[in-house]
Amino acid sequence: MKTPVSLDVRMNHFTTLLFRFLFLLTILLSPIISDAQVEMADNFRGEGKIYVVIAIILVILTGFFYLLFKVDKKSKQLEKEIRQDKR
Amino acid sequence: MGYLLKTNWWKWLCIALLVYTIIGGLLFRVPKLPILNETIRVLHFHVPMWFGMILVFTGSVVYAIKYLKTNNLKFDIYSSQLADMGIAFGVLGIVTGMVWAKYTWGEPWSNDPKQNASAVSLLIYLAYFVLRNSLKDEEQRNKISAVYNIFAFFLMIPLLFILPRMADSLHPGNGGNPGFNAYDLDSNLRKVFYTAVLGWTLLGYWIASINVRLSLTHQKIENAS
Repeated sequence: MKTPVSLDVRMNHFTTLLFRFLFLLTILLSPIISDAQVEMADNFRGEGKIYVVIAIILVILTGFFYLLFKVDKKSKQLEKEIRQDKR
Repeated sequence: MGYLLKTNWWKWLCIALLVYTIIGGLLFRVPKLPILNETIRVLHFHVPMWFGMILVFTGSVVYAIKYLKTNNLKFDIYSSQLADMGIAFGVLGIVTGMVWAKYTWGEPWSNDPKQNASAVSLLIYLAYFVLRNSLKDEEQRNKISAVYNIFAFFLMIPLLFILPRMADSLHPGNGGNPGFNAYDLDSNLRKVFYTAVLGWTLLGYWIASINVRLSLTHQKIENAS
């Protein structure tokens, strides 16, 4: 005698299938979903001329790097002079 | 590593202030104004160049006076190296100002009274180095350049602070334009701005002090040989 599958078990089977299907769907759609959820600075400050600020910071950094290289060169020359004096 | 901990505290202060300036200057909420848009943040980078220039030139003129009083060669080296740093600040100020002006006033050089005056005062300071390098006799060179330094400093003050205010200028705070206070409503700008002035000036003084040390060592070698 076959024991009839109870409604409860059948429902359980159905829900697991449904969950599996939803799981697959989320994996397939994950790029779109994650795009919608993860907040990124995609439009950096709405581009309200922020590039001008970046350009200006780069100008200043270039200037200070130039000064640092100048000092570096000067100190190396001085070290050379001291070494020559010692000989 | 030991050196990093033993070094002067103000060098660490300089680094901390500049890191705060970059983070705060780029991320803090700023007043929303037309035309300026996000470029209002340039306030923390362009304007401190001029403040730094004036502070460093002030140091330079103080050492020039000290040199004339005592005839100590050390003060002459301090004076000339600080003037050199001041010119570097000035050039950076002009270049950054031109970039900013291109996108807000429409053209890099609009013959604004303050732009012209700052260019003139930079040329006056460049002449300081032309003068310095053209004189062979050392004592004569030091004395004349110290006197010229005082002259250049007191010429810069009216050029930058008085004359632009008497004419129509595009710069804020000049010729009927509202000053920096008008858009400084939330004091967030002010916090970063004063930090930036101190930080950039300390960085300039740091580089100048290395140059001073190198010049002093050079002097010692020359005296020894």
